[in-house]
Amino acid sequence: MIKVSQLTKKFGSHVSLDNVNCEFHKNESIALMGANGAGKTTLIRSILGYYHPDQGEVLINGLNPIKDRTKVLQEISFVPQLPPPIKLSLDELIQYVSISAQVDRELILHYANEMKLDINANINKSFFKLSGGMKQKMLIAISLAKKSDIIIYDEPTANLDPKARDDFYRLLKQNEEEKVLLFVTHRLEEVKDLVNRQIYMDLGKIVSDETI
Amino acid sequence: MKNLYLIAYLDLKESIRARWFVVYSLVFGGLIALFFIAGVTESQVMGFSGLSRLLLMYIQITIVILPIFILITTVRSISGDRDNHILEYMLSFPISLKQYYWGKIIGRFITVYLPVLFAMVIAVVYGAFKGADIPWNIFFLYTGLLFALSSAFLGIAFFISSFVKSSEVALGIAFFIWIFLLAFIDIALISLMMQQRFNEELIIFISLANPMELFRVAAISLFDPELTVMGPVAFYILDSISQGMFVLLSIGYPLVLGLLFAFLGYKIFEKKDLV
Ligand SMILES: Nc1ncnc2c1ncn2[C@@H]1O[C@H](COP(=O)(O)OP(=O)(O)OP(=O)(O)O)[C@@H](O)[C@H]1O
Ligand SMILES: [Mg+2]
Repeated sequence: MIKVSQLTKKFGSHVSLDNVNCEFHKNESIALMGANGAGKTTLIRSILGYYHPDQGEVLINGLNPIKDRTKVLQEISFVPQLPPPIKLSLDELIQYVSISAQVDRELILHYANEMKLDINANINKSFFKLSGGMKQKMLIAISLAKKSDIIIYDEPTANLDPKARDDFYRLLKQNEEEKVLLFVTHRLEEVKDLVNRQIYMDLGKIVSDETI
Repeated sequence: MKNLYLIAYLDLKESIRARWFVVYSLVFGGLIALFFIAGVTESQVMGFSGLSRLLLMYIQITIVILPIFILITTVRSISGDRDNHILEYMLSFPISLKQYYWGKIIGRFITVYLPVLFAMVIAVVYGAFKGADIPWNIFFLYTGLLFALSSAFLGIAFFISSFVKSSEVALGIAFFIWIFLLAFIDIALISLMMQQRFNEELIIFISLANPMELFRVAAISLFDPELTVMGPVAFYILDSISQGMFVLLSIGYPLVLGLLFAFLGYKIFEKKDLV
């Protein structure tokens, strides 16, 4: 489903991804690990088509995520490392998502409810005024409601309380079938039950890749 | 198409809630109110009075402050969203870059244009209510001029926004462009023309290339075909082309200029990393 070949991305003279090769297939749940600055986020952003690579390419179901961005992104759910300070209200954000990606509004409310986020009480509040954990819950609810073949999480649990983490992993477990789940994490023990492949990165390279 | 409207609509809603928009609307609405309170419509200055006089004063002030308003509120739109990672999330949905960029422009255009237009409409309605004659030709000319002025500076602002790295730099560039065009209007050209005996056509060409100069001359051209109050540059411009031609030019050229800059900005936006 996802094929990364000879991907190199530099920022100035700093090489963030150094000739990375890997493939991700259906029914794989991958924990992507590595020290701070290893290049995990850079790899994910390249898969999403945000970066123009210095060398190599990414193909998703055979499509280039930059040239065919709308087709590719139709199939991807994504939660970033830090929730951005979006000024839209929750209502507007839901509208944005449901119109642009044909996501069912009720389903977002359903998953928010499962994540113990009371959307209705905050529906007219600006997204950036929510607490850190609430923001993440909102983005997670959207990512689950958007029925995609590829789910990418860049450390989404940083601000979640333990209860919310359990909810999150439970929901994920129900949703990982027939999909690629790519999960950046620093806490392997938390996602052990969930993942069947572990990748370590360091200095822009994949240093180990085991399927369990 | 629906994504384009969606982006425009949400940007519009977001802007209307923003504090700068309140200030912006108050400034232009307040300007009109102030003119009425000050009795501008009753006074006779430079030979014309009533609503024409008021609209003329309004547009002359607007020509100076509208560009800087547009520049400082818009110059950070794309670059700001890139900086604080809003793009990273918002563009993870299947929306093309084209729809996103032009949707933002349309939303922003409505935000900046409506208040200045609305202020003029209020003036006309209130003036009519008070029994003044409505100078429709001037009203429509100014509506068109403000439309063109807004698009020119919005295009420039989005262009800057597409490539600047930080918000401070964006603001700096915005101020520079504003001061440059403003100062360029009379000081530089007139002194050049008076002192160094430059080619007349060249001077006219340069001054026409500056949208702010073009607006100043166009705004007054209906009143004062001799342009005695405008100084030599304006006089030369109207001396070389007809008035109708000039009005068309003064609306068409900034519009094209704005679109051109906006388009260049889009090309850069498309070519650059999104985060
Ligand atoms: N836009 C950018 N400009 C310059 N350098 C960048 C940029 N983005 C990332 N880098 C650099 O690339 C390297 C990899 O960054 P990346 O964000 O991919 O790390 P990471 O593995 O996600 O780390 P973390 O665990 O801290 O999130 C870092 O050295 C970082 O400084
Ligand atoms: Mg990271």
